Amino acid sequence: MIKLIGVAIVILGFALKMDNIATILVAGFVTGLVSGMDVVKILQTIGSSFVANRSMAIFIVIMLVTGTLERNGLREMAARLIAKIRNATAGIVIAAYGVLRLILAAFNVSLGGTAGFVRPVVMPMAIGAVEAKHGHADEKHVEELKGMSAGMENVTWFFGQVLFIGGSGALLVQSTLKNLGYETDLAELAKIEIPVAVFALIVAAVIYILKDRRLEKTLYTQKNGK
Amino acid sequence: MEFFLDPKVTTSAKLLEVLYMLMGLIAAYNGIKTLFEKEHKAKTGTAVFWISLAVILIFGRWLPSLISGILVVVMAIPAVFKQVKVGPGEAPSKEYTKAQADKIGYKIFIPTVMMGVMAIVFALFTKISPLVGVGVGVIIAVILLMLFSKENKPTTFLNDSKRMLDVVGPLSMLPMLLASLGAIFTTAGVGTVISGLVSAIIPNGNITVGIIVYAVSMALFTIIMGNAFAAITVITVGIGAPFAIALGANPAIIGMLGLTCGYCGTLCTPMAANFNIVPVAVLDMKGKYNVIKNQLLVAVIMLVFQIGYMLIAR
Repeated sequence: MIKLIGVAIVILGFALKMDNIATILVAGFVTGLVSGMDVVKILQTIGSSFVANRSMAIFIVIMLVTGTLERNGLREMAARLIAKIRNATAGIVIAAYGVLRLILAAFNVSLGGTAGFVRPVVMPMAIGAVEAKHGHADEKHVEELKGMSAGMENVTWFFGQVLFIGGSGALLVQSTLKNLGYETDLAELAKIEIPVAVFALIVAAVIYILKDRRLEKTLYTQKNGK
Repeated sequence: MEFFLDPKVTTSAKLLEVLYMLMGLIAAYNGIKTLFEKEHKAKTGTAVFWISLAVILIFGRWLPSLISGILVVVMAIPAVFKQVKVGPGEAPSKEYTKAQADKIGYKIFIPTVMMGVMAIVFALFTKISPLVGVGVGVIIAVILLMLFSKENKPTTFLNDSKRMLDVVGPLSMLPMLLASLGAIFTTAGVGTVISGLVSAIIPNGNITVGIIVYAVSMALFTIIMGNAFAAITVITVGIGAPFAIALGANPAIIGMLGLTCGYCGTLCTPMAANFNIVPVAVLDMKGKYNVIKNQLLVAVIMLVFQIGYMLIAR
C-alpha cells in the first residue's frame, strides 16, 4: 500500500498546482525509497529511462524551422487561405479554421494558438461574417463565438497532433507500454487515431455550426422585423 | 566511434544517435548563447538547464546511467526554482512577415509539411525509424527556406529556434520526466499494488468492464490533474495493463486511445488553465468557464466514441 504514495503525490501535486517538475521528482524518489530502492538505484533508473526516451526531445529539432517558418509568413498565408471562403456564416468560418488547424496539427505545426491566430484572424472574420448579414454583431453572439473558436482550437490541436508520427503523446504512450513489456510501432499508433481525429473534427464542426445558426435565429429575427 | 562502425548496430539506431546529437547541439547552442546575453535575467540557471540537457542528449548512450540520472536532477533544479527564463530574442515584425508572405506566398506550406511527410515516407518505405524521417524533413525544410529567401541564414534558424525553445522551456521536459517516473513505478512494483486494489472493483477477467473503467479513469484523472500525460503513466500501469491488455486487448489500441480519452478530460477541466482559462483572458470573454462550456458536449461524445472504438477494435 505504501508504494502508492508516489501516485498520491503526483495527483495532489498536479491538482494543487505545485511545480510540475518538482512533483514528478519527489514522487519518483519517495516511491523508490519506500519500495526499498536506494538513491543510487533511483538515479540509475531515472538516467537510463531518460536516455532511452531521448526521442521525446524530437521537438528540439522541429523548432529549428518552426520560428523561421513564422518569420517567412506562414501565419499570413494561413489567414489568406481561410479568407478565401466567401459568404460564410460565423459557424462555417470557425469550422473552416478547424479543418486547417487539424491538418496542420497532423504535421505538428501550430499557427500561434489563441493569442497568435484566433484573436487576430479567426474572430475578426467570424464577426465580419455576422455583421455582413445583420449589420451588427450581438454581444451574446460574439461571446459564444469566442468560446466556440477557442474550443475548436483545442479540439483540433489535441486530436490532430496525435496523427503526427513522433508526437510527444505517442512517444509517451510507447515508452509507458515498453516499461510494461509491450512493444508498439509509432506509425501504427498514429494510424489508430485517424478515425478519432476525423470524428472529433466533424463533431465539433457540426455542434458549432448548429449552435451559431440557433443563436442567429434567436438573437436577430425580431430586429429584422421578420 | 566504435558504435558507428559496428556492423551489428542497425542503420536506424546509428541515424537516431546522430539525430540525438543534432538535438543536443541545438540545446548546447541555447545554453552557450544564453551565457553571452547581457540582459538575460537568469543566465546561470538557464545555461545549466540547456547544457545538462545537451550533455545527456549527445553522450547519453555512453554515460553510466548513474551520471545521466544525476544530470537529469541537475537539469531539473534550476527549473524547479524558476531560474530558467526566456532570453531577449526578438520576434520578427508584422511588416517583415507580411512582406515575406507577399514574396513567398503559398509555397511556405511546402517546408511546413516536410517533417510530417518525411516521417510517413520513412515509416512506409524504409526500416529506419520515422523519427529520422522527421529530422530529414527538418533539413529539407531548412534548405527550402534558404532557397526561398536569402535573408534566411544559418544563424536565423538557430536564433529563431532559441526564441521558440525559450518559450516552451523546462515544461517541454514533462513527457521525458514522466517516462522516468513510470520506470520507477514499474521497478518499484506500483502497478501490482494498484491492480490488487482495483481487482476488488472490477469483476475478474471481464475485459469489457476493464476497458470502460480504464477509459473513464483516464478522463477523470486528467480532470483532477489537468494533464493527460501525467494521468496516462499512472492509469495505464494501474488499470489499462492489468485489466485490459493482460486479458488480451491490443496494447497499441488501449494505450493510444487511453491518451485521447484523457484529452477528453483536458477539454473539461479548469486545471488545464493554458487551454481553457488563459484563452478567456486572451479573447476578453465574460464567462470564466465559457471555453469549457463550449467543449463539454464534444468531450462527452468523443469519450463515448472512443470507448466504442476500443471495445470493437481491441
